Amino acid sequence: MNDLLTRRTVIAGLGLLGLGALAGCNNSGALDFKYGKDLSNKILGRTFKLKDPQGNVMTLSSFQGSMPMVFFGFTQCPAVCPTTLARAVQIKKLMGRDADFLQVVFISLDPERDTPEVLDAYVKAFDPSFVALSGTLEETAAVAKEFGVFYEKVPAGDTYTISHSSTSYVFDSRGVLRLGLSHSLNARECTEDLLTVMEVC
Amino acid sequence: MRSPVKHALGAMALLSLFGAALPAVAQTTVGEPWVRASVPQQQSTGAFMTLTASTDSKLVGVESPVAKTVQVHQMQMHNDVMSMSEVKALDLPAGKPVVLDTNGYHVMLMGLVKQVKEGDTVPLTLIVEDAKGQKESIKVDAPVRSLTATDGHGEHSMHDHSHM
Repeated sequence: MNDLLTRRTVIAGLGLLGLGALAGCNNSGALDFKYGKDLSNKILGRTFKLKDPQGNVMTLSSFQGSMPMVFFGFTQCPAVCPTTLARAVQIKKLMGRDADFLQVVFISLDPERDTPEVLDAYVKAFDPSFVALSGTLEETAAVAKEFGVFYEKVPAGDTYTISHSSTSYVFDSRGVLRLGLSHSLNARECTEDLLTVMEVC
Repeated sequence: MRSPVKHALGAMALLSLFGAALPAVAQTTVGEPWVRASVPQQQSTGAFMTLTASTDSKLVGVESPVAKTVQVHQMQMHNDVMSMSEVKALDLPAGKPVVLDTNGYHVMLMGLVKQVKEGDTVPLTLIVEDAKGQKESIKVDAPVRSLTATDGHGEHSMHDHSHM
């Protein structure tokens, strides 16, 4: 079993239709994803401004030239967040030599408890290349709204947990939103669609 | 009465061997318990396992010295939104394995008193109540797996699609 999905197999799979898109960056055209949701016509997450754990201000353009995959969560999350980050690690393995192009971005929905130190240790435990971003409570609410991400605090004992949207948002290298990956997709399915995004731009 | 866990496990194994001969004794076996490692200052993490009760029972509580609050939670997905809610009593139907994994029910260890590191073991006490209202305490030493661990049995996110 060959676990490595190369860009070539995807090009072959795209066939004639795909070749047109390969000619250049097609910013408006809808994409045909096998598993994920095409978000090419959605305008989400264009203007966020958050900080990385080192205190650098980060915007979408900070990731230009790479393919950012943005996911929202919190480090106290026992299930969806670690499995999504572990899936991202698997995706990078499947992408082989194209893996460096994928930039995993974890945005905290819990800035009160996710200090820069905790966030950095958390994402780096999965992969040293993963970036964690956070902001103030107001900035967090603004970025969630911008992405259409739902989240709410749910009391649990004398503390709280957070219910939240679990989609991963993928932008192409020019910062155009392209793909939404549901939590239910496996690493291989995600990788196939991510390679489609790479072929477009 | 505080018997070492090894003895308790041994006793459980013995009991399950003679289970057929002792139908009146309700008991619950715990398969593959594990706890996800935390990073420094992280305040909570999850514990996972498979529970099988010999008679209709309920998991009514979990205790652990590593966390201030321990609750059983149910994770649910509604239109892509992941939500968690506390489950006061988790049904354990007779003979049916109930899986506590990263996709549904799990034990939440909240207010960690210290970092839980890979390679450590976390003591857990499960309180199971049978249909007659009799409670048993089951002590388990759950090994800590890495933060990046996934469930060990063909999890949906890690499915092998080699037949494709």
